[in-house]
Amino acid sequence: MTELAIRMQGVCKAYPYFALQQVSLELPKGQVMGLIGPNGAGKSTSIRIMMGLVHQDSGDVEVLGNPMPAAQIATKWETGFASDDMRLYGAMTLEWHLDLMRRIYPTWDEPYAQQLLKRFGLLAEQRIKGISHGQRVKASLLLVLARRPKLLILDEPTTGLDPVARHEILREITSIVTDENRSVLFSSHNTLDIERICDQITFIDRGRIIDSLDKDTYMDRWRRLRLEIPSGASVPALPGVLGIRQTGRIAIVTVNAFQPELPGAYESSGARVQAVETMTLEEIFVANVEKSREEVEA
Amino acid sequence: MNSASPFAISQSDKRPIYLQIIGQVKRYIAVGDWVEGDPLPSIRQLAADLQVSVITVKRAYLELEREGVIVTHHGKGSQVAPKQDLAEELQEKELVQYLELAVRLALQLGIDEKELQRRLRETMERLEERERV
Repeated sequence: MTELAIRMQGVCKAYPYFALQQVSLELPKGQVMGLIGPNGAGKSTSIRIMMGLVHQDSGDVEVLGNPMPAAQIATKWETGFASDDMRLYGAMTLEWHLDLMRRIYPTWDEPYAQQLLKRFGLLAEQRIKGISHGQRVKASLLLVLARRPKLLILDEPTTGLDPVARHEILREITSIVTDENRSVLFSSHNTLDIERICDQITFIDRGRIIDSLDKDTYMDRWRRLRLEIPSGASVPALPGVLGIRQTGRIAIVTVNAFQPELPGAYESSGARVQAVETMTLEEIFVANVEKSREEVEA
Repeated sequence: MNSASPFAISQSDKRPIYLQIIGQVKRYIAVGDWVEGDPLPSIRQLAADLQVSVITVKRAYLELEREGVIVTHHGKGSQVAPKQDLAEELQEKELVQYLELAVRLALQLGIDEKELQRRLRETMERLEERERV
């Protein structure tokens, strides 16, 4: 049995205009999970529940083996959390913040903190209110990274960063899991980042989990088929097909449960399969959300 | 990117990242930079160096192991497999792949067998010409 860093089982939380419904996910230790979904899908709410900042109405949450929110104090010692709406003290310097962390956390790694300061291009003596948004994001990440927590939970860590800064952050995230006892969960809109560095992908939309599984299995299930069909015919929706777009004799079929037999099945239905293409996470993201919007409109 | 790592992942390469890793390991062996018994980077280290997921590197290594290109000993990591004619064999496989690709492209462009053969001969002649110069 693989040990889990995070386990959510049937978690529900209702707000007046939004509800998280039956959210279940598992992050094995030593892995990186990407939480992906459109704005307002429930990513931040899920993360807040993991951190014990919001209490679920029902369902089980375990973080590093501790039940949440009951054991949130023990969990927070070992978990680093950073989000966009976490504010540093504007009037204080970065050094003041570093010193605070240094005194609170026994696991604080000072040489690593100094290394990150240089790598992120930050000056400890600068006041927070005088630095740019990107530098502030890097500063708050530095403050959690240098604690060397067993679990790192990051809400949109790369949003608003330039490409170089983004790569610096991704590099730190991937270097964390060189230790197989440490794990990372982060949410992002940047599908390229998620596709590249995550072992697990959890796709959330309208408060529900659409999919939560390892990245390779997930990506392998999606294909785009380009078909040429006899004039006047229409394309049958075979098993595994998510959507069909047809204009004249050309059809594009999006598949979310691909089987190797599918192209053959289309050939025997009279169509000519011109291409079977894999899809990027960005394309999968859009296909998923468009489908769920269609269902709502219908 | 860690400059010590001999790998480079291309984002404009349409192949999945694990296939790119497989291709690059094979290339190092094919050109003779890596020989029998040479250690490969650990899975987690390579994932960090390339800034890709552990699962992706693991998949590449499993595939390489299945093909007999590398061997993995528990706790000792992976090494280049003992097989003398590997370089040649890999180049042979590569040739088959490129030929298949050429035929597929020709079919898409509506080029028939005769025309493809003519183009192949032309290409060979052109390259031989260049060698001579």
